[in-house]
Amino acid sequence: MTQSVASAPVRTRERTERPRRRHSATQRRLNRAAYLFVAPFMIVFIVMLLMPLIYSGYLSLFTTQLVGGQTFAAFANYLRAFTDPDFLAGIGRMALFLVIQVPIMLALSLFFALALDSGRVRGSVALRLLIFLPFAVPGVVATLMWGYLYGNDFGPIAQTFRGIGLPAPDLLSAQNMLGSMMNIVTWAFVGYNMIIMYAALRSIPTELFEAAEIDGASQWRVAWNIKIPGIRPAIILTVIFSIIGTFQLFNEPSLLHNLAPNVIDNGYTPNYYAYNLAFTNQDVNYAAAIAFLLGLVIAIVSYVVQLSTQRREPRND
Amino acid sequence: MTDTATERVLVPAPKAGRRRGRGEARSYNREKQRSTLLTVLLWICALYFVLPIVWLFIASTKSNADLFTTFGFAFGHTFDLFTNIGAVFTTQNGIYIHWAINTLIYAVVSAVGASLLATMAGYAFAKYRFPGAVVMFSVVLGAIMIPLTALALPTYLMFSQLGITNTPAAVIVPSLVSPFGVFLMRVYAADAIPDSMIEAGRVDGAGEFRIFWQIGLRLLGPGIVTVFLFALVGTWNNYFLPLIMLNSSDLYPLTVGLAQQQATSAAGGGSQALFSVVITGSFVSIIPLVIAFLFLQRYWTTGLASGSVKE
Repeated sequence: MTQSVASAPVRTRERTERPRRRHSATQRRLNRAAYLFVAPFMIVFIVMLLMPLIYSGYLSLFTTQLVGGQTFAAFANYLRAFTDPDFLAGIGRMALFLVIQVPIMLALSLFFALALDSGRVRGSVALRLLIFLPFAVPGVVATLMWGYLYGNDFGPIAQTFRGIGLPAPDLLSAQNMLGSMMNIVTWAFVGYNMIIMYAALRSIPTELFEAAEIDGASQWRVAWNIKIPGIRPAIILTVIFSIIGTFQLFNEPSLLHNLAPNVIDNGYTPNYYAYNLAFTNQDVNYAAAIAFLLGLVIAIVSYVVQLSTQRREPRND
Repeated sequence: MTDTATERVLVPAPKAGRRRGRGEARSYNREKQRSTLLTVLLWICALYFVLPIVWLFIASTKSNADLFTTFGFAFGHTFDLFTNIGAVFTTQNGIYIHWAINTLIYAVVSAVGASLLATMAGYAFAKYRFPGAVVMFSVVLGAIMIPLTALALPTYLMFSQLGITNTPAAVIVPSLVSPFGVFLMRVYAADAIPDSMIEAGRVDGAGEFRIFWQIGLRLLGPGIVTVFLFALVGTWNNYFLPLIMLNSSDLYPLTVGLAQQQATSAAGGGSQALFSVVITGSFVSIIPLVIAFLFLQRYWTTGLASGSVKE
């Protein structure tokens, strides 16, 4: 439409306008192509990501009664969650997970990555593959396997204790369960985080630390002063991935529940709680609110981590 | 064959410009002395990662009686691996084969779709300046933070309202969205495809789609494989989504099927025969992925490198 209007103006201006118009026609053609490239993803993105969020956000504002069906309840479900001991206990457990398991796991990953990158280890390629191997094991199979390893019937841990004449510890008891889960997650994800850090280490320009090494700086000092600051973005990435992973723990409680039904209650982890609310209690509205709150908690914690790391950045650079 | 030499092969450089100098520089490492202490320490640590899988293998070679009476890391009196595998494939009329085929279909279809969508979108975000690009990319970037499991329940609620749960599509379609894949492809495409090459294609009169198919896809190869592998493993390992979406055990993938068998074997005291079926079934299910990982490891390394280094 703009073109037909633009073809009318006075002749003298035509000469200057023509190249601009041709340029904008090209631009339009390029824009069209770009939109066509982006469209398939964006459509699926909106339908599969934004719409479910909006829909469950909407659901979470209602309550369902046996008599009368759905009624609008504003934020009643959210208020209920804040005083729900099951939900709060789950969040508390995940917070504990976050301050104990995540630092251990990431410290191990960083240690392995630095050790393999230092070039001082024999067979480092094989080692890297072996440490990474558990990531190829699906979470379900990892939990199944560790569940049997922990078990009292034919678990080798209990067998070893009995073999040397000690009472076998019950790794699936109420006190040990969280630790047992931390071990499964650590086992599965140390290698993955190690690979992220290792890949980042490999891309640090060697000149940066070769000079220090030639000057006689120890490996530890090189690691602490040059290499670790050099892979800060990668480390932050692993921290955020771990936070997200921790708060969505589901496979572990869901499968270990079969082995220790009395230890793992409906609200052992928030995600498991949301699942039980939706499928066992049939309380879809409250489940939607819990899922929403969970997403919110994750977003806040990740955001706080990012903020606190950004503040330190100018000092290092 | 020194380690460093192998590593250079295992870690190809997608961004030739940034890493070119590294090959020679790294050779300095080769002259470093190996540390015996560190080597021994790391190999002991490696046992922690490998022993559970070794146990799984040994346990799947045992009969049920041996499983309960012999030490976990010792072989039993009989070598029953093939008997057990036979049992895995025949229990419940061979439903394990259904689960394996389902897993393969869900994973491959999702991964092909997800990497195609992510590649096209990432390419466009990297190589075109169009109105709304910044906003759209920011929204996609923000979505990386949204936990997929937290999203599964809302998606289920929507699907059940529409009555499309318990179909393969209910598992496949949500797995097509890979915001991380778009991010990765954008970063990768920005470096891997020179603008001049696209311009040259345009001057020669090639359409935008021809440029994408003939120039873009060829140069994006390693990046696409990375996104494909991520999506493949993500769907292959997914448990929560198929668990809530599917009711009929014919449609289950391996993860849901094995979990269900485990629940049955843990609950039913009498049906102990199921223990070796679950253990051997678990062992068989990880073989394809472990093999794929060993052979395709370099793609993981590069992909993760390009994703994490440039943030």
